[in-house]
Amino acid sequence: MSPSTDQENLPAVTRLFRRHHSALTPLLLLSPALLILLFVIALPMAFSLYASFTPYRMTRPDSIETFIGLRNYIRLIGNDDFWAAFLRTLLFLAIALNLELILGLGIALLIDRVTLGQRLLRTIMMFPMMFSPILVGFQFKFIFNDNIGVVNNALQFLGLADQAIPWLVDGTLAMGAILFAEIWMSTSVFAIVLLAGLFAMPRDPLEAAKVDGCTPWQSFRHVTLPFLLPFAYIAMTIRSLDVARAYDIVAIMTDGGPAGRTELLWTLIARVGFDNARMGEANAMAFMASLLSILFTWFLFTRLLAARRTMGGVE
Amino acid sequence: MKLGSPVHLRGFATWSGTFLLMGVICLPGIWVMISAIRPTREILARPPIWWPEDPSWANFARIFGLGDTLVGIPVHTYFWNSLVVSLTSTIVALVIGMAGGYAFARYRFRFKNAWFLGLMLFRAVPGIALSLPLFILWSWFGLIDTPLGLILVYVALNVPFTIWLTDGFFRLVPPSLSEAAQMDGCTPWQAFWKIEFPLARPGIAAAGIFAFLTSWNEFALASHLTRSTDSKTLPVGLMDFTAQFTIDWAGMCAMAVIIIVPTLILTFFVQKHLISGLTLGAMKG
Repeated sequence: MSPSTDQENLPAVTRLFRRHHSALTPLLLLSPALLILLFVIALPMAFSLYASFTPYRMTRPDSIETFIGLRNYIRLIGNDDFWAAFLRTLLFLAIALNLELILGLGIALLIDRVTLGQRLLRTIMMFPMMFSPILVGFQFKFIFNDNIGVVNNALQFLGLADQAIPWLVDGTLAMGAILFAEIWMSTSVFAIVLLAGLFAMPRDPLEAAKVDGCTPWQSFRHVTLPFLLPFAYIAMTIRSLDVARAYDIVAIMTDGGPAGRTELLWTLIARVGFDNARMGEANAMAFMASLLSILFTWFLFTRLLAARRTMGGVE
Repeated sequence: MKLGSPVHLRGFATWSGTFLLMGVICLPGIWVMISAIRPTREILARPPIWWPEDPSWANFARIFGLGDTLVGIPVHTYFWNSLVVSLTSTIVALVIGMAGGYAFARYRFRFKNAWFLGLMLFRAVPGIALSLPLFILWSWFGLIDTPLGLILVYVALNVPFTIWLTDGFFRLVPPSLSEAAQMDGCTPWQAFWKIEFPLARPGIAAAGIFAFLTSWNEFALASHLTRSTDSKTLPVGLMDFTAQFTIDWAGMCAMAVIIIVPTLILTFFVQKHLISGLTLGAMKG
């Protein structure tokens, strides 16, 4: 909203000043943000794009000046490690995000029904969100350790397993453990935002549905769920901004092992770029990973706007 | 459904079930905290020792280099670096982001939604992907392994989200208040600091704490842009324990507690504002 609603009461000079002023002010206010983002994110991204057209290796500094066109990208197309990591990352995100949404919705619905001690529950709910990804990774590396981990200890103590289960040593189990860590960390984002949605929901439509003879499932499906949709998109959008945090978890839990079975796109980028010092190739991957992330976030943001429009919300 | 006890019973079942579930969710974190106060011998014990028999603060004293055991990991330096980097980047991001959020909340300009979306998309770049070019550029600019290098990066990471949150909170303050103050002779600058800022303060505090947590917890960029005690932060320092020949589980658990406790305390105070900021800011864009 513009700051001058009853302009006609103001003297002409002030009015003129205000009109001129408010055209420039937003740009002025936004310029520090733009400057820092251009310098720290846009400039490096542009440089990353350039470096992806060179055979740059940090051991040979002048190789940054050699231009090899799309050769890095063409090499990526035939690179099985890259495609394996790429598909694994997609699968990982698909499973993690869907489960987080469903579990988060379940937790939000449960907490919404509790009246006594709800504040305490909400505080507890935020507990996993406060853990940095590196801590979450360490925590589950500790818990899933095959020798001293509490999971194996408990399973053996209860007689559910007669020998240690190699949680982080077996490829499939390790991927499962990483997924578990990721879901543990991020479900609360969904739960928190969806719970806020439940609080914001007007009670009248639900009452009306009850009067009209809807079953609890019907009123959930046709009243609650549509109302929660924009909130689900908000949570998804927030999550989409930091899905790459899974890098931290994998880096500490398995570092892509055993034998590359838990390698995600992000750990592969770090390995090729920093460990193998093949910066040109790594930058090609990094640039593609960034583009995908940006497109994913952009898609969710537009869905968020569309969902709000169908809600008849304020634009 | 009949009257009386079955309903109450079901209500009680939901209630206790919910509390139990939330408790179980917290267990992994609590287990690390419990392990932080037990000696290594107990962590490695077979058969397992479930409850600490010999709790002590020895692990904390040890990783801070107090007492007679020598630890090669300068945790207090990492703590100091984390604090300096996180606090500085939070304050700068807050000032810059608040200006941006105010612009979105109060002014009409062309392509406003596109600007907003564009700014948010900067945040979507994965940290590890950004770390490659930043590593090269920062080493050319002499910013590698300096607190300033990290601070710049964290300011940029935090600005988009701070704009999102503060935009939402400034919208909640009616513009008429500031206008009235300006009629009474305040400059727009004075009106902002005396009226709008105090009213939006809970939300701004939440945005600040969120920014602090992001910087405090960040690993992907910090692990590649820092090298030595000059700038290594706590999350990077945590990896020092695994880089050694054997993993020092007790030390790592103590370090984990040192990282998590400040974040738990901070979030406890602003949780309400944080949630409303996220949803309001996004609902009324």
